Amino acid sequence: MSALTQSQFFSQLKKYYTFYTGGFIAFVIVLAILEQMGVPNRIIGYIFLFATIALYAGIGIMSKTADVAEYYVAGRRVPAIFNGMATGADWMSAASFIGMAGTLYLAGFDGLAFVMGWTGGYVLVALFLAPYLRKFGQFTIPDFLGARYGGNIPRTIGVIAAIICSFVYVVAQIYGVGIITARFTGIEFQYGVWLGLAGILVCSFLGGMRAVTWTQVAQYIILIIAYLIPVVWLSLAHTGNPIPQVAYGQALQKVTALENELNDATTVKGAAEASARAAHKAKQDEFEGKLKALDEAVTAGQGDAFLAAERTAAGSPADFPADIAALKEKWSKAADGHKKASGAVSAHATAFAGKGAEKKLLKDNPNASAEEVAAAQAEDEAASDVKRRNFLALVLCLMVGTASLPHILMRYYTTPSVREARKSVFWSLFFIFLLYFTAPALAVLAKYEVYSNLVGTSFASLPAWVSNWAAVDATLMKIADINGDGIVQLAEITIGGDLIVLATPEIAGLPYVISGLVAAGGLAAALSTADGLLLTIANALSHDVYYKMLDPHASTVRRLTVAKTLLLVVAAIAAYTASLKPGNILFLVGAAFSLAASAFFPALVLGVFWKRANKLGAILGMIAGLGVCIYYMVITYEFFGGVPANEWWSIKPIAAGVFGIPIGFLGVIIGSLISPAPAKEVQELVDHVRYPNLEGSVSTQTS
Amino acid sequence: MQLTDKHREYWGKNLRLTAVLLAIWFVATFVAIYFARELNEIVILGFPLGFYMGAQGALIIYVLVIWFYARSMNKLDQEYGVQEGEE
Repeated sequence: MSALTQSQFFSQLKKYYTFYTGGFIAFVIVLAILEQMGVPNRIIGYIFLFATIALYAGIGIMSKTADVAEYYVAGRRVPAIFNGMATGADWMSAASFIGMAGTLYLAGFDGLAFVMGWTGGYVLVALFLAPYLRKFGQFTIPDFLGARYGGNIPRTIGVIAAIICSFVYVVAQIYGVGIITARFTGIEFQYGVWLGLAGILVCSFLGGMRAVTWTQVAQYIILIIAYLIPVVWLSLAHTGNPIPQVAYGQALQKVTALENELNDATTVKGAAEASARAAHKAKQDEFEGKLKALDEAVTAGQGDAFLAAERTAAGSPADFPADIAALKEKWSKAADGHKKASGAVSAHATAFAGKGAEKKLLKDNPNASAEEVAAAQAEDEAASDVKRRNFLALVLCLMVGTASLPHILMRYYTTPSVREARKSVFWSLFFIFLLYFTAPALAVLAKYEVYSNLVGTSFASLPAWVSNWAAVDATLMKIADINGDGIVQLAEITIGGDLIVLATPEIAGLPYVISGLVAAGGLAAALSTADGLLLTIANALSHDVYYKMLDPHASTVRRLTVAKTLLLVVAAIAAYTASLKPGNILFLVGAAFSLAASAFFPALVLGVFWKRANKLGAILGMIAGLGVCIYYMVITYEFFGGVPANEWWSIKPIAAGVFGIPIGFLGVIIGSLISPAPAKEVQELVDHVRYPNLEGSVSTQTS
Repeated sequence: MQLTDKHREYWGKNLRLTAVLLAIWFVATFVAIYFARELNEIVILGFPLGFYMGAQGALIIYVLVIWFYARSMNKLDQEYGVQEGEE
């Protein structure tokens, strides 16, 4: 292929991928026909899973390479639009694909922090980083830190930060692969993890960045088709308009009207809700009473006797908690669940709802004095302001974190020129935007379906998708007639976030083949992100640590052997960690954004925009930013032994970057000002990256 | 190498463009969120405006900002003769 000019290469790629997209659609149609002919769902699930993994493996094998520039940066010939698709797939993880719409369903307005944060960050990538990194033109992000600030210390800090952020993120992806494989094929989670790992490795192992790039383009096409088809269908079925992003305005108005009806006890539906909520409240009190009795028994030294009595009373089922701590956890969970269900429906579009203190006061005591009402209003307002502050902080961290994650920035090294790098950021965000701008519509359409059609039906005639999912997984769908009236109330339904995307094909009345397609899309999202991350970690170790620091004279063959060996080792460690099912994985992924933002962003941006920034500044800024961020998480997040009471201005630990980023900038500035200006060569390097073409300047590009 | 005045002018224009686009980004994101409660009072085509900004409005603005930056900078390169040669 190297004999082709860039434009020939581009038209050939267009041909290949058009053909590929057509082939994939034909494949889905064939499966749909097979389904009609009576092939069981399980077999269709298997075919989807194995056919797509085999496809990715095929692309990986076709793109195998022994060339260093091909392995690390795909030969720097990826056209803007294809790099955009690859970045889209690299960026959108299992959490975006499966979880995003569900988060919006459950959290309403507050969930929009993720939609804004995970897209707006690309503005920062475009304005501050992508073109300059492309001009610099080496292999990794620590490479830039090493060249700009000199010496091994900035590079080493960069390597450590890149590994921390990417590793927690890759564990979450492999975990996602395990879940999807398990759910759609019945293979056990632990085996699903290793199977998914095999799918990831065939790509990156043989062809490095080159194979990963072309696989990611293929994965993007699958994931976007899989996401859009069911939503468009649902929108058409419910509103008669095939453009969900426009149609859901109507649905949102109806949802808001239904929310008011359900919260108003004078209407028929509202009264039924009130009785279901009262039943939940009674259950909550019952469990809280039980917990109190348990605590008293433990204090009196009779905890074990109490446990034994409870077990007998429950008929000694096999899954009864084995010890006091487990029983306590089970009961507190139950009490919390009932407490949640006993509250009023929260309004989807309302921004930063207060805690409802005023409403509660007026309900408990309709004759409350003016001072009491004012106090309750102030309480609501304070709660609302705290929510707004956290929303702002989280958006900032997610955005700056997006612009600091090495696996994303690295992708802009692969375009042929600075011009293409700029265009490529546009295409990246455009392709990401297609999904993110659909998710809020899907959340509202699903909510409308639940509020208008599911609520009020009788338990004897539940829709098929409800009973199916309730039977498969109680964490996704739980429904029970708690007030015994035989009619479904909203308070009787518990929905897990992931259900929304997974069940959309069934809600829309589409055949099973579309469910298989959605699973394949989720798998593509998880695999592509995992590929990019694994490569980032392995490259930081093989290129930055081994080649740049330990053995700068290593031969090409040796460098690639080391890179590939490390890839295997890192992948195996990540898969092993994922198979242990670490419970706090979602928090850690969110935390990765704050960590990356605090560690990288100040040093990278000032490295381009402020010539005076120097080595001491970079070291100080990176360590201080990362340090403050980690410190804040440790003192406030329970998993690390912290307590929420330590929070500064009530900012949640996930947004720790809001303190780390400014400290990072401050560190770079102070450190630079107290030490001499950087050498002339470094200043020339800065000029070099600022101008796409500067005659007579130094050259940094390694081709 | 020594930068000419023309080079400095190019960089100055780049900084100005960057600052303006960053300001747009800031308003579309942080000012819109800060006043989301107030913006929600305005309803257009069934969408409360504060909600719409977070769900879609801001996203459209981001895409346009990046598109405009790429187009303007690629033109500016040509104008100041700092563009890259053809492949």
